[in-house]
Amino acid sequence: MSTKVTQEPVGDVAVALPPLEQITLTINGVTKRLQVAPWTSLLDLLREYLDLTGTKKGCDHGQCGACTVLVDGTRINSCLTLAVMKDGSEITTVEGLSKGDELHPVQEAFIEHDAFQCGYCTPGQICSAVGLINEGKAKTADDIRELMSGNICRCGAYVGIVAAVEEALHKCQPNQ
Amino acid sequence: MAATTYIGRSTSRVDGRAKVTGEAKYAAEFNTPGLTYGYVISSDIAKGKITKIDASDALSLPGVLQVFTHENAPRPAYFDRKFKDDDSPVGDKFKPLYSAEIQFSMQPIGLVVADSFEVARYAASLVKVEYKAETPETNLRQKPKGHKAPTGKTGFTPPKSRGNAAKAYKNAEVQFEAEYFHMPEHHNPMEMFASTVIVEEDGKLKIYDKTQGVANSQKYITKIFGLSKEEARVINPFMGGGFGSGLRPQYQLYLAVMAARELNRSVRVVLTRQQMFSFGHRPATLQTVSLGATKDGMLQAIKHEALGETSRFEEYTEVVVNWAGMLYHCDNVELGYYLRNLDTYTPLDMRAPGSVTGIAAFETAIDELSYKVGIDPLELRLKNYAEKNEFEGKPFSSKELRACYAQGAAKFGWAKRPAQPRSMREGTKLIGWGVATGMWDAQQQKSAAKANLSVDGKLVVGSSTSDIGTGTYTAMTMIAAETLGLPLDAVTFKLGDTTLPVAPLEGGSWTVASVGSAVKEACEAVAKKVFSMAKDVKDSPLSGASFDEVEFVDGKVQLKGDYSSGVSIVEAMRAGEVNFIEEETTTMPNMLKQMQYARNTHSAVFVEVEVDEDLGQICVRRVVSAIAGGRVISPKTARSQILGGVVWGISMALEEESVLDHHFGRFMNHNLAEYHVAVNADIHNIDVIFVEEHDDIVNPLGAKGLGEIGIVGVAAAIGNAIYHATGKRVRELPITLDKLL
Repeated sequence: MSTKVTQEPVGDVAVALPPLEQITLTINGVTKRLQVAPWTSLLDLLREYLDLTGTKKGCDHGQCGACTVLVDGTRINSCLTLAVMKDGSEITTVEGLSKGDELHPVQEAFIEHDAFQCGYCTPGQICSAVGLINEGKAKTADDIRELMSGNICRCGAYVGIVAAVEEALHKCQPNQ
Repeated sequence: MAATTYIGRSTSRVDGRAKVTGEAKYAAEFNTPGLTYGYVISSDIAKGKITKIDASDALSLPGVLQVFTHENAPRPAYFDRKFKDDDSPVGDKFKPLYSAEIQFSMQPIGLVVADSFEVARYAASLVKVEYKAETPETNLRQKPKGHKAPTGKTGFTPPKSRGNAAKAYKNAEVQFEAEYFHMPEHHNPMEMFASTVIVEEDGKLKIYDKTQGVANSQKYITKIFGLSKEEARVINPFMGGGFGSGLRPQYQLYLAVMAARELNRSVRVVLTRQQMFSFGHRPATLQTVSLGATKDGMLQAIKHEALGETSRFEEYTEVVVNWAGMLYHCDNVELGYYLRNLDTYTPLDMRAPGSVTGIAAFETAIDELSYKVGIDPLELRLKNYAEKNEFEGKPFSSKELRACYAQGAAKFGWAKRPAQPRSMREGTKLIGWGVATGMWDAQQQKSAAKANLSVDGKLVVGSSTSDIGTGTYTAMTMIAAETLGLPLDAVTFKLGDTTLPVAPLEGGSWTVASVGSAVKEACEAVAKKVFSMAKDVKDSPLSGASFDEVEFVDGKVQLKGDYSSGVSIVEAMRAGEVNFIEEETTTMPNMLKQMQYARNTHSAVFVEVEVDEDLGQICVRRVVSAIAGGRVISPKTARSQILGGVVWGISMALEEESVLDHHFGRFMNHNLAEYHVAVNADIHNIDVIFVEEHDDIVNPLGAKGLGEIGIVGVAAAIGNAIYHATGKRVRELPITLDKLL
């Protein structure tokens, strides 16, 4: 069998670039005025334009949770969010959780319980755990398992992650 | 115990802080001014030819620097051997953008380079491609015939038969035969493959590459592009998961280096998650196991045959059936391993390659036999216990599998298991218990390391190995600190840089054995120098002592067990008038000694499942994994390795399959929403037991390696537990709920 297959771009071809837009974001406590293209995701803005590479890209489709950051205290997938959508928001990434040399209780607990191996999903897991604590919904280990299931850990450190989040849950007050 | 005794003591990861704060940088995270971005265009067809490729729209986009295709890309090397790497199977090598021919689905057919990621991605969508497509063949089961696997790949041992299995099977009182199948799987490490190639002012390349061996990537690039080692330094301090996928350089490395050289610009190429399904995978395998036994369960005959897949251009082999000749005592064993060429990319070693799939089928068959002869599955295994490795005809260097069975069974409560399937239930949930054995190799490779002790008592040790999450940084720091009696925070271990002494690829569970032995030897060489200086200190209490009579603890060298006799390391080096001592060693395995023994790790895995009788939903409630893996260097990271292995086993048994559309020859579920891996909610109680196992043969550390043994046996134990719960035997992985209804 021999078929002709053509790979065509979808829709009209507009060979031009979108104009930049000005937004203001407060990232890890620092307010920045930024010129960004409307098609730049919050994740790419952090990693490629602001050198905040702690936030990870694992799928770019909202399927793995590696890119989780906190926007006004709520955990979101930064790969599914265009930066311009968050104009005026307060963003916290993994780089912004510790106070100087003092780690956030979730970070401490992750080290203590060896809640990671390769470390690539870890910033997302940690931001997700902080978001989870802020939500105040998780009470039991089973709740943690369910509510942390948006963050894949391919190394399979889930036993440690649950133990770490459980410990941090008891240490942290919501909205810390 | 001295404060500087670390081996066997629970220690948090030395790189833990870097990983929880986001400071740990991975291959795509090294930024440089003027960096450009490459975006790979993937083929829409699996077989055929590109007839036309039009990049004019893409090239007219502001910010696009170039679109490389087979029509304009350079062909820096002709011979296949230039494209060979340390994990290449025999065969022709895939060379990106060399021709119009399409050999597999999502083959890279172009690279757009632009000054931003977004522009490169958009421009890639503007490239128009026309193909003449041919019908691909991707279904292993359609014509289950193959050819004998060739030898030639390092580590591949063709299966050896013994006795007369056909006759013994025919004459056996009890016969059992079944066919097993599993789908292809993809490694899917969380970090996608990436290379950042930085062109330095002098034109030299600094390459950050996601790899399980920087030396392998460097060798590959320098051979293809005719560069010296100084011209292409490869660095990889952290790796976001490997599982075997980084054992071969992937095509983004070639494309990034090619583009950087052509454009004289720094280039980053990161694959998409979809493109992570466009190179190696665990091959689909069709297996037949036949077992002949006496009525009381003594094995008389074993036949195990496997058909694996490979590409059209390389002959990928793995050790699938040999384990059937090693796991139990049996005089008559017949083994066969065959390959079939398909229109996919070449399969690639994936965590415990061959063993995890071969043993999944074989240990299911053993379980099936246990019901046929009416003997408890654990008892049947003990009855047929192999006292030596009958495949190689050698004694084991150590084998504490009996202790694994005993301690695992005790912890699990196996003695209370009712023999009949479907005899445990909680409401609508059926409960079942299963067991299986695991086995993997304990290997040591040649490795080099360098140790530098400065007069302020700080030690820097380096080797070009990787830490793919396995805990290399931590284990090596512990070994080095203990050897020289230094506090952990006085020791820095460096890895993942081709300027460091050469280590083997991180794979095969051999890193602690190989690199750890080299680190120990390099530190011992430093210790000997310190000792000779300590002897010369004025009124030295060590003046009459030999090196064997002293130990390094708590920052000093002292007569063994005599805390009053010490000379501090700093004092000794000052007396010796040196600022530092540096020693580099290359450590070889003691082959003469090792070759006399079979060297393996073993495990016993016990599983409890719950199956919803109406919905078929499966939950693995409890796992006890008892491991005989020699000496445990770093208990905390070792436990994590086994936990991770068990999670992989659960994922393999119940979730993972790369589904091919055989019409298009394409993996349909090429993303993390449709390719299911275990998530947090899938994982419940897992207990890890390390049984005591002393081994003087495997390597100077007595450690056997734990990266792979944790996954082996888990899938069979789960399948066996599902049978015990439901009375249904599923012989195809993954065991999804539809197969139980």
